[in-house]
Amino acid sequence: MSKKADFVKFDKVDKSYDGKVLVVKDLNLDIEEGEFVTMLGPSGSGKTTCLMMLAGFETPTNGEIFLDNNPISNIPPHKRGIGMVFQNYALFPHMTVFENLAFPLKVRKMSKEDIEKRVDKALSMVSLGGFANRMPGQLSGGQQQRVAVARALVFDPAVVLMDEPLGALDKNLRESMQYEIKHIHESIGVTVVYVTHDQGEALTMSNRIAVFNDGKVQQLSSPDKLYEEPVNSFVAEFIGENNTFGGEVSEISNGTCKVKLEKGEIIANPISVKSVGEKTTVSIRPERALINPKDKMDNNQKGKIEEVIYHGDHTRVRLNLLGNSEFILKVPNSSQNLDIKLGNEINIGWNSHDARALDPK
Amino acid sequence: MSSETGKILTTDGIPLEESLKQAEKKNKIKAFLLVAPLLLFLIITYMIPIGDMFSRSIDDKMVTNMLPKTYKAMETWDGKELPPEEVFEAFYLDYKILVKNKTAGKLQTQLNYEKNGFKSVLKKLARKQKKFEEGNYKEQIMKVHKRWRNVEYWRAIKRRAPSYTYSKYLKGVDMYSNEDGKIVQVSEDRRIHRILWIRTVEVAFFVTLFCFLMAYPIAHLLATLPMKYSNLLMICVLLPFWTSLLVRTASWMILLQQQGIVNDFFVWTGLVADDNRPEMMYNKTGTYVAMTQILLPFMVLPLYSVMKTISPSLMRAGKSLGATPAVAFFKVYFPLTIPGIGAGCLLVFILAIGYYITPALVGGASGTLISNQIAYHMKSTLDWSFASAMGLMLLTGVLVIYWIYNKLVGVDNIKLG
Repeated sequence: MSKKADFVKFDKVDKSYDGKVLVVKDLNLDIEEGEFVTMLGPSGSGKTTCLMMLAGFETPTNGEIFLDNNPISNIPPHKRGIGMVFQNYALFPHMTVFENLAFPLKVRKMSKEDIEKRVDKALSMVSLGGFANRMPGQLSGGQQQRVAVARALVFDPAVVLMDEPLGALDKNLRESMQYEIKHIHESIGVTVVYVTHDQGEALTMSNRIAVFNDGKVQQLSSPDKLYEEPVNSFVAEFIGENNTFGGEVSEISNGTCKVKLEKGEIIANPISVKSVGEKTTVSIRPERALINPKDKMDNNQKGKIEEVIYHGDHTRVRLNLLGNSEFILKVPNSSQNLDIKLGNEINIGWNSHDARALDPK
Repeated sequence: MSSETGKILTTDGIPLEESLKQAEKKNKIKAFLLVAPLLLFLIITYMIPIGDMFSRSIDDKMVTNMLPKTYKAMETWDGKELPPEEVFEAFYLDYKILVKNKTAGKLQTQLNYEKNGFKSVLKKLARKQKKFEEGNYKEQIMKVHKRWRNVEYWRAIKRRAPSYTYSKYLKGVDMYSNEDGKIVQVSEDRRIHRILWIRTVEVAFFVTLFCFLMAYPIAHLLATLPMKYSNLLMICVLLPFWTSLLVRTASWMILLQQQGIVNDFFVWTGLVADDNRPEMMYNKTGTYVAMTQILLPFMVLPLYSVMKTISPSLMRAGKSLGATPAVAFFKVYFPLTIPGIGAGCLLVFILAIGYYITPALVGGASGTLISNQIAYHMKSTLDWSFASAMGLMLLTGVLVIYWIYNKLVGVDNIKLG
């Protein structure tokens, strides 16, 4: 069975609530069968709206959404066969866990034995075997979350949508649930569309991430590519930590460019700059800049330590470098021999490949 | 370690339990003092009037107080044969005082309730007793009227000996206790109260039903509309609250009377003929219409407060799981609104069952309720003890309904807001 590359397809979808502002602009997105795609973005970026359009609770103002090649804009939600996990779980408070899970099966008129078998299977999948007769109110947040996941999967939907399902959980639980959902996805191979504003969550769980901003997909790629090769300064800023320098391209030649800053100059990797004189923002990941580099690097600068913050596994160092007093370095705890003290001047080096010259902010 | 004794001591050496009790005691007293004024208020405005009503409804001291000596003498009489001389003497002495004080009429009326024909016997005694000589009263009284030889009449007096009676309650359900002390129904043409009770429950039931049917969609709309519209709608719902009850009822009278606006409209649309205008007022229809409108907010508000708390994502979840909107509504939404339905229905039913002013104004003869009867006895016949008895029966009925409701649905499930 070959997997369809465009199992879920957004085709030129626009959405406006008031006829004045577009919340989603010209959205084109293909999701492969069995894929885990995360829509990531700040609040108000249109990601939840996209999910609601896919679920059928909102209709696209323009364009069409296809599920397995069938247009679904005119199909009501209950006929789409899409499972959904809601932000606040939306478990039916007057039904037991069993009844909650049996609900989608009962409306599909399954036999009693089938229902019991499936509910049992779904509950053991989320390791809640003995909880069938509890009421949702008697469960902890994490358990309710698992019930919600089980309920969205119990009727074997083609696609499962998850709308910030871990938002209400505390940090530790959230992390363990991330792995759990990921494992469930891997074991049953269902297509998952996941919405979150938590980049850590997105990076951990997804096959691909669609970064939303201002109603548009800024970048759609795998987590590692997204982190290491952001295509514009929004993505670079939004995903992970980032040091930026604003400047002007002064020289450009096969694969490198020189960017002139207010003070000094950087050799960078031209991503979205084409010609000399363009304004640009250079982005460098904190972990790519090294202190007293042993190997030869094509950028070498001196910076003054302005702040040292101890973080346990690493130490964050804030430097004043090339006129940017917000330059952050992450120093692993193992590098003890370095002389990191407030006020010291240290040598910093990085490769031009890791300094990405992107669009100006 | 103090584990041998099993008692934990505070640093001062006092057992912890005692110390805790002392500390808690102060808090308890403080809390009690805070609620004390309210408690006092409740006692004065609720408990005392209800207690007074109850004592009034069973009070039967009048006869007892009029014949103190007689009842004292009767204590040893078994009631099988004619009473002994002492009873006759005591009765003569009591009655003499009553005649002298010109209060004998009341006794005559009261005893006549007990035994038909007693009045004339007593009247004759009132006339003749002036010539009585001292001693042998039994002979003298029996000589006045031969019925004094009949033990039935003495038994009738004895029956009124207790200073408390439940006869008013029997009267409330069209029953009375006859000469033999048996409880029987009054003659068929005089059974008015039972009809009123049934009608009251019927009207309260249907008003509750109509209110529910109308309030549910309104409350749902209120809970789901955006704020700016729902506020306006809320004002429309509450507006009747801010208008005088009398004005609202009067406006229904203007609308519903035979030459009223609604009838005019029906005639204008050709729905009914001009000479055949339906009567929509001074009967049950009027009562239904006006009471439903007046009690509607009491249904809307509890429903609204419950619906407000139901997350819209529940219906969405239902639909996303494959339920049609109708199934999602009945399986998911409706069960969650039951606490509100319970509260609203209970509230409206209890208010409706004791409703007075609206049925009095638009009810006519066939639309009056038990509360109108109570008011009638309060104001016209001045039979306060009967009015109290019926008021208490109404109260008991409401408590019974509450109890049944509690058994069926559980009062914990009520949500008033």
